[in-house]
Formats: sequence, structure tokens, C-alpha cells
Amino acid sequence: MIRLNVNGRPRDLDIPGDMPLLWTLRDVLNMTGTKFGCGAGLCGACTIHIDGQPARSCITPVSAAVGKRITTIEAIGATPAGKKIQAAWLALDVVQCGYCQSGQIMSAAALLAANPKPDDADIDAAMAGNICRCGTYPRIRAAIKKAAA
Amino acid sequence: MKTSRRGFLKISASGALLLGFGLPAQGESAAGSARFAPNAYLRVDRAGKVAFVMPHIEMGQGTHTSLPMLIAEELEVDIGKVALEHAPADDKVYANPLLGAQITGASTAIRGMYVPLRQAGATARVMLVTAAAQRWKVDPSSCRAEQGVVVHAPTGRKLGYGQLVDAAAKLPVPEKVALKESAEFKLIGTPQRRLDAPGKVNGRAKFGIDTRLPGMKFAVLAQSPAFGGKLVAVDEAKAKAVRGVSQVVRLDDAVAIVATNTWAGKQGLAAAAPQWDPGPNAKLSTADIVAQLISASEKPGAVARREGDAAAAIASAARRIDAAYQQPFLAHATMEPMNCTVHVTKDGCDIWVGTQIPGITQAAVMKLTGLEREQVRIHNHLLGGGFGRRLEPDGTVRAVQIAQHVRGPVQVIWTREEDIQQDMYRPYYYDRMSAGVDAQGRAVAWSHRIAGSSIVARFYPPWIKDGVDPDAVDGSADQPYGFGAIHVDWVRQEPPGVPTTFWRGVGVTRGTFVVESFIDELAAAAKADPLAYRIALLDKNPRARNVLQIAAQRSGWGKPLPAGQGRGIALCIGFGSFIAQVVQVSVDKDGGVKPTHVWCAVDCGIQVNPDTIRAQIEGGIVFGLSAALHGEITIKDGRVEQTNFGDYRVLRINETPRIDVRLVKSAEAPGGIGEPGTSCVMPALTNAIFAATGKRIRKLPVDDKL
Repeated sequence: MIRLNVNGRPRDLDIPGDMPLLWTLRDVLNMTGTKFGCGAGLCGACTIHIDGQPARSCITPVSAAVGKRITTIEAIGATPAGKKIQAAWLALDVVQCGYCQSGQIMSAAALLAANPKPDDADIDAAMAGNICRCGTYPRIRAAIKKAAA
Repeated sequence: MKTSRRGFLKISASGALLLGFGLPAQGESAAGSARFAPNAYLRVDRAGKVAFVMPHIEMGQGTHTSLPMLIAEELEVDIGKVALEHAPADDKVYANPLLGAQITGASTAIRGMYVPLRQAGATARVMLVTAAAQRWKVDPSSCRAEQGVVVHAPTGRKLGYGQLVDAAAKLPVPEKVALKESAEFKLIGTPQRRLDAPGKVNGRAKFGIDTRLPGMKFAVLAQSPAFGGKLVAVDEAKAKAVRGVSQVVRLDDAVAIVATNTWAGKQGLAAAAPQWDPGPNAKLSTADIVAQLISASEKPGAVARREGDAAAAIASAARRIDAAYQQPFLAHATMEPMNCTVHVTKDGCDIWVGTQIPGITQAAVMKLTGLEREQVRIHNHLLGGGFGRRLEPDGTVRAVQIAQHVRGPVQVIWTREEDIQQDMYRPYYYDRMSAGVDAQGRAVAWSHRIAGSSIVARFYPPWIKDGVDPDAVDGSADQPYGFGAIHVDWVRQEPPGVPTTFWRGVGVTRGTFVVESFIDELAAAAKADPLAYRIALLDKNPRARNVLQIAAQRSGWGKPLPAGQGRGIALCIGFGSFIAQVVQVSVDKDGGVKPTHVWCAVDCGIQVNPDTIRAQIEGGIVFGLSAALHGEITIKDGRVEQTNFGDYRVLRINETPRIDVRLVKSAEAPGGIGEPGTSCVMPALTNAIFAATGKRIRKLPVDDKL
């Protein structure tokens, strides 16, 4: 048995310790807000927070998250930074297809929580790991600045 | 049931006004179609709620916001009151008016629906107003509709639509309704927030891959890495030894590991270590395909445009200019990898997927399984990107082949590596250009030979006319520049074994790169300013001249730049829209290319949702830059060499230029905007590189060519 703390709730799961958090969330817990994009830590679609730090859940085994706080897109709106980011995303209509946006928002919320006034270089550094094929990058940049304003 | 001449049909429904209406098929007019059948539905219920059964899917382009705007505008309701329902699969009933089948693609949604949806909204509004006027025993012209309520202006009496639907449903459908003049628009032309955004910022939006059903299993797929190869062996015992793996499904050319979760399936696949016979294309490489294209380009092709005698004019010209351009195979790399969930039961087959072509998919599954249309039930979803990939039924057919061996529902999932290596690709194209130039440096003749795969010949052969694939020559045969003589022809040359399909911007993207590159070469040969050179050849095209001048003016065109920097311009006319872009690029001494700014002027006729237009242009530019800078699928030993975002690079936020979009007010018919942003940016980029370095990029991608 593995005990995880997901969005403040304890979950006891009969799964192998090397199972990545991505598949634990999506296939075992049916929490589909966290997305599969590449399986190799290259695109950021699966970004979650572990103890408030952004992590790529597709390459993070559950064993590495035992005893830590896991936060996903389903609960990020309950954090001050996540709430601001979501509001800015809606105000500027960032999303297009929307598939990568869970990961974008998780990365942006972690950035804002750590750095309340990120400049362009900070945004590039924090967000370059998150791919968006619809090309919403200009609005992502603007929305992070709006959330920080 | 009674049909009006306009093509609206009132349908008996309890407690609602339900209008079915016929979107005309290609070449038909809305009115007077003999074989009228409703193919879209608008429902107003007793609660005043409006539902619209949507034939078009949402893949990011904003149709689930812009199409309801068209209804809400004429129906006089708040846009938030229009609920959307995905149409069920049925090519006969839910055909796209411009394409003749149930397809979302080719930037046709607004172009095809602009009039019919407004007519539907207006028809329902007139019936509701008439019902109110009859109840009050007043002249309908003394009543007006606003925000879901009919108001009798002289007395101030009001009735909500919900209170009127039963009476309205008993009225005859009006044969003619007046549509608003554009000056009366309240919604059309105003920026509206996307209706699909809230669910996409909190994880609740459901894509096909998010389907979860009781007892559902997960199947991880591997198909023959070489095109046309066969499965030889799998280690079934080792696969089944992985915890959670329940079944190994072997097909002739693929294997799937069925498990309780995707992770177990992935591990099972690694343990199964499938062995393949690479088959007839075992030695195929990109170089072979290019050699075949070059050889094909030496033969005359099917003529797409002929004005004057271009060959003679080039032969007798003072000077001849030649160039050949190459554009690579490209993958789509949608963020949502290919996936499809299927449940085969004894009375049919349920399919949960996000697709641009529900009707074609249904037909393909009927053919595979022998089931009847009503037994193949497609449950469509939001698409995590399309770009043409989800215009093909191959993924669903493969998933059904696997599900036929599995008891209960199964989600078949492509890993990213599988998604990139088993795509259907934007075809490799080879274009040969020649121009004749007179003693004064003026171009007097233009010759363009196009060689490449025909997607249309496979996808929908009736679109081919006189041997010419209209997609293959799009943006090329209709290039707007005036010369004394023009010759454009096309030679079909299929890459052996490599499946090809549409990719964002389709033929316009390929044609615009070639035409706008070569016109830039002619300007350079004439030592002319690239903007002025184009303008001089566009005397019959004021909309094209206007967007070029706006983009140039916004960019500071003509102002000097430091060494290593340059501006390039390009024009794109496609999908009923006119777009011009200026890219500013910086090239460092190691050949590193960084586009720093893009200025874009857009004349897409009447604008429905201006903010969506901006978003599509911004995104289209990023998509086009990804391909122009980095995008390339190569083939070695009969298989695709790229595997994931590490070796199939796409643009990231730190590489993205500042983008300035200027929309031109216009009363012309609305044009498409999902694709031309992509088409225009590629030559604007390479023209900027030429301005910065003097090097002409004739073969994409740019990547390491400087």
C-alpha cells in the first residue's frame, strides 16, 4: 500500500512504487485534469505541485511523493496564486484547444507563488518547459503579468 | 411537419420551439433545395433556454463561441443562454455546407455558417414575436425582441421566450425573414469571451483521452515502425508477467498490451519486445523520396493555370531566373496524443473520441465491422489540437480492431513516440520556379511546376478537376501577381509507403512559401524594395495592397536596422482572407536565428469575434514558426527517425517573438482565419533572413542551414 496526500486528501493505493504520478492520478484516481503529453518530461502538460514545487508527474514515481503534499489542477484554484492565474487566464482568454493549459497554469501558479513580480526573463525560465501547440504563448506571458499586477 | 421555402422545418416537440434547418450542400442554394432535410437544429424551451446542435467541433479555433454568436445576434438572446450539443455522427444530416460532408476543417466554419445560422436565429425570433403579438392582439411590428423577451413598445408589456414557445410552435414557419444590417449588430464584431474557457482552466474540460468508463481497460499500442511492415513475434509471457497486464492483442501489423492502467501497458509493451518484418520499404530514405520528386518535377504536369506562353516568354527574355524549393514531411504533434476509447458489444460499437470527421469515421468503422450506421455510435469530444491530424479515421479504425478482441470498454493510447512515428504526414513537396526578366529588370513571365503527393486523390477524389488537385496548387495557381505570361502545373508523385494528409494551412501554406519566396527573389534581382515590388504587381488587388501597406507601416519598414537583423514581408491570400506579415529577425554569428517581432495585418472581411481572430493569428504564427525553424520528419530504413519533442522540436515561449495583429474593418464576406496566419509567416521569416544575411533559404526547415 502506498499512501499519498492528493489535494489535502489521504489516498491509500495498491500500486507499485515506480508507477509515475501521472498514471496514478489519471488511471487509478480518475483525476483527468492532469494531462499526458510526452511521457518524458519534455512538454510540461502533466505538471503538478509537490510541496508547492512544480514537478513533471510523467517522470515522477509515486514513491518520491510519499509524505508530501500533491496539488493538481483540480485544486490549484484554492491557492492564492492559482486563483489569480486562473482569473487572468479567463480575463485574457488564453486558452485555445486547452489541452496543455492545466500544465501551463500549474507552472505559472508556482512561478507567481515564488516570485510575485516576474519579468520576461523569469517568465521564460519558468514556462519554457511547457509546450503549447496552439501557440498561446503571447497571452500566457500577458496573463502572468496581469496576475502579478 | 411543414417545410418552408427558406429551408426551415418545424418539428413537433413537447414544450419547445424546435426548428430544423438545412445547411446547403456544396453548390446548392439555401432556398429551394428539392431534397431538403434538416441538418442542424435550434431549440428554445419553456425555460427560455436555447440549444444548438453543433455540427462543428471545437479544437481551439473558437467555433463553440463564434457560431453561437451568430444565432444569439439574430435571436436576440444573451450569448450565455445558448447551450451547445455535439451533433451525432451522420454525414448525410450534418454536412459542412462548403465541404459536402461532416467535416470541421479548411477554415470553413464561419464562411459556411454565417448566413444559415443568422437565418435560423431570425426565423425563431420572428415566430416568437408573432406569438406574443397574437396573444396581445397587436401588430407584430409594434413589438420588439431583446435579451430573450418580447416587448410591446407602446404599453411596455413583456413576455419571455419560454412563455411563448408553445404558441410559436403552432405558427407557420415564415418563408422570408429579414437579417440585420451590419450597423445593427450588437454581438457580431465585438470581442466575446470564449464559452469553453472556464472548464479549460480548472481541469474539468473532457477531451477524448479523459473518457473513463466502469471496467475500462487501457491498451498501449505499437504499430510496425517501418511503413508496411508486419509483426513477427512478441514475448507474450513476459508481457503478462507485468503486474496489471491482462491481455496481448496481436494484429497483422500491430500489437497492443491491455492492462488496468497505462503504465502497466507501457511496461508490458517493453517486456513484450515486439519483433517486426520491415516489409517492402525496409530501405526507404528521405533522399530516395526527394530524388523521385526531383525526377517528377522534370516532367510536365496537369495544367492549373495558363496565361500567354510563359515558356516562350522566358526563353526570349533578357534574363532568366530559376529556383527550386523544398518543404519537408511534417508531423502534427497535437498536444493530446492519438487515442480512442471503444466498447464493442453484441449490438454495436460505442466510440469515444475527439474527431474533425465524425461521419467519415462512422463509415470507416461500418466498413471494418459490417455494422449498420445506427450501431456505430460516435461520442465526440473536445479535441486537444487537430491541425489536420484528426481529419483521418485511421486511429479509430485501429482502436476498433483492438477492441474487437477485448471484453468491455478499452482506451487505446498512442505514446508520444507512437504518435509522431505513426502520424499521417504533411507531404514533402518540390517546387521548380522560373521567371523571365526584361532589360529593365521587370518580370515578364512566371512558371511554377509543383511536384508532390495528392491528399485529395485519396481523401475525396471528386474534388479533383481536370487532373488537377485543387489543394496541391492552392496558393500557387491563384497567386495574385500580374505578369505577361503565367504557367502553373502539378505532377503527382506519391512517397512509397508514407501516408500523407492535411496539415494546418494545407495547400495554401506550401504555395505561399514558394510564391512569396520567389517574388522576393525577383525583387532582389531587380534591386527593388520587396514591398514596392509587390505593390506594383497588385494593381487589381486593393485588399492585398492594403494589408501589405499596413503591416509594413506598423513594422517601421524601411528604417535601418543593426547588422545581423532584417525584416521580411509576405502576403497570403487564402480561405477568403487577406493577410500580410512582416517578420523581424536577428541572426547571430553562429547562424542562430531568432525572430523578434511579427507584425500582421488581417482583412478577413466581416469579423465575427475579433478576439478569436487575433488568437488564431497569434497561434497560427507560432505554429508556422515551429515548422519553418525546426519542423522536419525524416525517414531512414523505412521508418520515421524522430520520436518525441526532443528531436521533433516545436517553438517554446522563450523563442516566441512579440506579435502585433492589426485587424482591417471590412464589409466583405467573412473569411477563414484558422490557417492563413501559419501560411504567411514561413516566407516572411525566410525573407527576413535574406534581408539580414543575404542567404536565401530554399529548403525548410531553417534550423542549421546558416
